[in-house]
Amino acid sequence: MSVSPRLSLGPVPYFWGEQQLLDFYDSAANSSFEIIYLGEMVCAKRRSFSFQGWLELGRDLASAGKTVIFSTLALLEAGSELGFLKRLIANGEFMIEANDVAAIQLTQGHPFVGGSTLNIYNPRTLEVLAAQGLIRWIPPTELASGPLEALHQVRPATVQTELPVWGRMPLAWSARCYTARHLNRAKDQCGFCCSEYPEGLLAHTQEDQRFLVLNGTQVTSATRWNLVEHLPQIQATGIEVLRLAGDHPAVFEAGKLVRAVLDKQLDASTAAQQATHLTSDDDSDGFWLGQPGMMAAGILRD
Amino acid sequence: MELVCPAGNLQGLKIAIENGADSVYLGFRDPTNARHFSGLNFSVESARNAVDFAHSHSKKVFVALNTFPQAHNWGTWRDAVDRAGELQIDALIVADTGIMDYACERWPELRLHLSVQASATSAEAIRFYHERFDIQRAVLPRVLSLTQVRRVCVDSPVDTEVFGFGSLCVMAEGRCLLSSYVTGKSPNNFGACSPGEFVRWAETGRGLESRLNGVLVDCYGAGECSGYPTVCKGRYRVEGVTDYTMEKPVSLNSLPILPSLLQAGVSAIKVEGRQRSPAYVRRVTRVLRAAIDSCTRDPENFVPAPDGMAELAALSEGSQTTLGAFSRYWQ
Repeated sequence: MSVSPRLSLGPVPYFWGEQQLLDFYDSAANSSFEIIYLGEMVCAKRRSFSFQGWLELGRDLASAGKTVIFSTLALLEAGSELGFLKRLIANGEFMIEANDVAAIQLTQGHPFVGGSTLNIYNPRTLEVLAAQGLIRWIPPTELASGPLEALHQVRPATVQTELPVWGRMPLAWSARCYTARHLNRAKDQCGFCCSEYPEGLLAHTQEDQRFLVLNGTQVTSATRWNLVEHLPQIQATGIEVLRLAGDHPAVFEAGKLVRAVLDKQLDASTAAQQATHLTSDDDSDGFWLGQPGMMAAGILRD
Repeated sequence: MELVCPAGNLQGLKIAIENGADSVYLGFRDPTNARHFSGLNFSVESARNAVDFAHSHSKKVFVALNTFPQAHNWGTWRDAVDRAGELQIDALIVADTGIMDYACERWPELRLHLSVQASATSAEAIRFYHERFDIQRAVLPRVLSLTQVRRVCVDSPVDTEVFGFGSLCVMAEGRCLLSSYVTGKSPNNFGACSPGEFVRWAETGRGLESRLNGVLVDCYGAGECSGYPTVCKGRYRVEGVTDYTMEKPVSLNSLPILPSLLQAGVSAIKVEGRQRSPAYVRRVTRVLRAAIDSCTRDPENFVPAPDGMAELAALSEGSQTTLGAFSRYWQ
């Protein structure tokens, strides 16, 4: 395919402080990422930025030539969270990534990106949501390459596909805060303890396998999703946007590797290998291959 | 308040109805429902018998069709909708947006209930499905506190149903990929969490080990109660502390807050457990029937009967019960 996919930077899933976020997005402004997702999708209590602060950051990034999108909470429970969602949707400047159906209901037909938690598993769901204003969709994390490509091929003409290719995998969301639970604190007296864990809390099995990561009310994989080796196949399908998770400062190095493969300046296997050294996580690509998500094949296993 | 009970087979359905269920829910023998276990569920023939039996007792039958089809297997789900439509059931419990769209178009008279698998935690989310597909009831995810349930009930355009008793998902249903991460199969894509084919038990020097596709989920010492190795109920090591990181093996029991649920305007109480034995269904249905009747008669003075609570505790995972997310403390 002649058109090269654009790269997007997913929202920061962890509770980083204001300065860490500013530094991170300073790097983002000067990176090869064209689309940048901002905002909080895990816990509404995290407020490194006020609503106004996010808006200002968005404007700064937009003036640096980036397309800015606001990500919304994946799990809405409290009335205050819905209130914040309404405010976010009505921001008047930036599109939203809907991570819950309530956000779609509230956008009232305005264009939106549909996050992986919307569970778009089949063409008919994609069609229905396209009619509601969906302009780009992120597949469910567990969807294998076969059904994903089949869905991409029959997508409505107004809809693009955005595929996560690097980052820890979001696996579950709960009312319970696992970080607070680990520290024997009640959720409403959490003391913002997740800010002490900028890379989440690693849970090992009792035989020392790095297994899961606790991030407040979210659980992610301990392995890092790495589809770099599969980029030539992905590029051939014409998928329009590739997303890298904003969960690690090394994402900018990962973005360079992905860009180099897409631009045919680096071979995919070499880049995949190099990507495995960017963080201390083990990498995996099982879901892409229709296997358990924790599994690694090809170059990642060697 | 309606009592909705599970049926894994025809015998279970009859027992649920004979012991006080107002409605019974069931699934077909395929991955279209979230209890796709071998030896469980209904053929067309047995489902027809189930509907006849229930209707002759003036009770209702719901069919759970609450998993997510993909491009290559869409036909299996579509056929299941058609089968349900032809059976004259009382409601179809659905989670997938595409399936709702199909059911609404092909079977406009068929009543739709929004499955817990659709993860609708707010009135806005419920309204989305109600306005587009005319869903008539929403089953609320087990992540809401009692206060949040009240708010949804006030704002929701349709009836609500909540879980009253049974195994507890601690994650938002329909969005949990923990089973898939370990086995490749999840409630969403296969209709089962932690399928039995991946479970291994082994007595070792360390104790009784439970594994899911090779991953050590827990290891039990002498005298410890063992639980089925679902990922969320395992013991892991975090910062040197080995404990139930997400939740211990425990069942949800909402009987202590039954008057509050009634007052909140909840229309139906659901019992989890289509995979459970008819004997289990009999015992749970009797306890819940008596509790709902007593609570409806005199909500202000309702206290769960101690023998009923003891009976439920005995039937629970790890012999322990919790109010789950209903209680603020749990969160």
